Amino acid sequence: MAEEVLRLSDLHVSVEGTEIIKGLSLVINQGEVHAIMGRNGSGKSTLANVLMGHPAYEITSGEIYYQGKPLVDLEVHERARAGMFLSFQYPSAIPGVQVGNFLRKSVNSVQGESALSAREFRVELKQRMELLSMDKTFLSRYVNDGFSGGEKKRLEVLQMLLLQPKLAILDETDSGLDIDALKVVSEGINSMPSQTSSLIITHYQRLLDYVKPDFVHAMIDGNFVKSGGPELAIELEEKGYDWLEV
Amino acid sequence: MMNDDAQDAVGDYRYGFHDPEDSTIRFDKGLTEQVVRDISELKNEPEWMTDIRVKAYRHFAERVMPDWGNCEMLNAIDFDAITYFLRSSKGTESDWDDVPEAIKNTFDRLGIPEAEQKWLGGVTAQYESEAVYHSLRDDLEQQGVLFFDMDSGLREHPEIVKKYFCSVVPYSDNKFAALNTAVWSGGSFIYVPKGVHVEMPIQAYFRINAKNMGQFERTLIIADEGSSIHYVEGCTAPTYSTESLHSAVVELIAMEGATIRYSTVQNWSVNVYNLVTKRGIAHKNSTIEWVDGNIGSKLTMKYPAVILKGEGSHAEVISVAYSGSGQHQDAGAKIHHLASNTTSRILSKSICKNGGRSSYRGLLQVSPKAQNCRSKIVCDALVLDEDSQSDTYPTMEVANSSADLEHEASVSKVSSDQLFYLMCRGHSEDEAMGLIVNGFFEPFTRELPMEYAVELNRLLQLEMEGSIG
Repeated sequence: MAEEVLRLSDLHVSVEGTEIIKGLSLVINQGEVHAIMGRNGSGKSTLANVLMGHPAYEITSGEIYYQGKPLVDLEVHERARAGMFLSFQYPSAIPGVQVGNFLRKSVNSVQGESALSAREFRVELKQRMELLSMDKTFLSRYVNDGFSGGEKKRLEVLQMLLLQPKLAILDETDSGLDIDALKVVSEGINSMPSQTSSLIITHYQRLLDYVKPDFVHAMIDGNFVKSGGPELAIELEEKGYDWLEV
Repeated sequence: MMNDDAQDAVGDYRYGFHDPEDSTIRFDKGLTEQVVRDISELKNEPEWMTDIRVKAYRHFAERVMPDWGNCEMLNAIDFDAITYFLRSSKGTESDWDDVPEAIKNTFDRLGIPEAEQKWLGGVTAQYESEAVYHSLRDDLEQQGVLFFDMDSGLREHPEIVKKYFCSVVPYSDNKFAALNTAVWSGGSFIYVPKGVHVEMPIQAYFRINAKNMGQFERTLIIADEGSSIHYVEGCTAPTYSTESLHSAVVELIAMEGATIRYSTVQNWSVNVYNLVTKRGIAHKNSTIEWVDGNIGSKLTMKYPAVILKGEGSHAEVISVAYSGSGQHQDAGAKIHHLASNTTSRILSKSICKNGGRSSYRGLLQVSPKAQNCRSKIVCDALVLDEDSQSDTYPTMEVANSSADLEHEASVSKVSSDQLFYLMCRGHSEDEAMGLIVNGFFEPFTRELPMEYAVELNRLLQLEMEGSIG
């Protein structure tokens, strides 16, 4: 049996006193691709943020285990170093910090200084950027500063490929992409090693045309109302969410 | 041993060590006309210099303290508690091996000889009141470049010094310029002949070692027609619980078509008052650039200035200031557009945290006869916590309506989203803050020679450590 990577049990999460996630349970094993679909405000992005430890989100009850250990003990950067990755829906701009330096520093932080030589890093970087159709001028630009929506998403996926997470959480990575960009980004996601576990958050089915999930969960008002295989994504696309509401 | 309270106050200041004081000549504390005359006599100066010193002293004694800036801190300066002249070595050496051991160790720890070999065209190292080491690359010497510590410059080339000394910053300019003119010692004297380009930077390193010391270096740089030079200075001092005073005057003269770039990374310990007058005069089609980094000191008041006297001349002032606990960086720029078609750019970036205060104080003047002048001023402040303060005091006096002026100012905070984003990429909170701060200062650091930029980033990273409670 595949190794368990993430376990949520009866998770409740509040933001500024308002409960957003209401008793969520989920198990993700190694190599599994899970998709969470739901409308805006259903709690999808909250889940992504709480998994990475955003300070604005408070776990009021329930547990999160990552690789069998309680996740709350880890700080945000320790989660990243332990192999968790979040591709942001709205990545922050960091003016003055060049993409190339930032990527190198991040890889060093997550994988340790000695994991890759400068040369190996450059080779790896070049390959990944070609895969994502990114021009090398990206490297001297400032992180997300003045980037278009598509450029931001490419940079997120590039970081994911370089950091090689054990658990990749993709928050609306498909939003704001045209069809060509969507294909490129999907190819990037599909190039991840097969043992990587993914949690793909989206409210459209179209990304799932390119990235095949093993499990699909429909989320309404802070909980999963239905889980199934890839066919559920198609059903949700056709029928919407109303039929699932209590 | 470093005073524990001082250590607590400043945290981890890497240059806070000090050598045992082993001075060969030390004047009594306090300032009188006799002290001024004694300094001049000791240095065997020509009479005209003694006269300027005495006049400047009298002006200093009469002149009231500035009534602007940080008056509370300024008025706390006890001029009677300061030593105005201290000689630590017998003379200025041109071989590191001949520099007294303790002083040499200091500069070794600061990495100076190493840097000289790698990337500098010339070096002067000043310890307390006088230069202890000085060198200039042979090829520059052969091209006629003059580079001396100021005392030697006065001895060797009195006619040039006499012509330009106080020509850009008269002693009556302000109280501290008067003080400097009265008791100046050390600093650099540089003359670059017509058409000579000094490709590698020339560096001066200033170190205060003794307690309650006053360092009053005086620098004069003349770039003759069509020449260019980049001068870099660095400053450190040990951490004591009592204050020292650093009050320099720098005068730059850029002749027609010349370029002078003057870069400073000031990292005095937080017990040093840093009250400096820097001004350049730019002749036709020349350029003067001040690249000014203020990381240390208790109070800095410094407004590098350029007088755009010749048509088509250009001024740049790029500055950064970092203010931590107990620090006030009151810095800025002054540009005087006196001639037509002159241009200027001011970029000021400041960061404050832990109750530090940074102020931008700027003056932009366009004279009635100066047509088609252009100026762009950008001031950005980053405030890292609620206890810290950032303020701007821009003054514009524009007497010619053809001027094209832009002024942008912003005050921002580090957003929790930026921190979270960086932490999600494996950077600790301190590292994330360091990245954001380095990025904020990047427009400045990219103007510095690489070694300085690396050092500055490292310093800032140190300042960020433990910054989040």
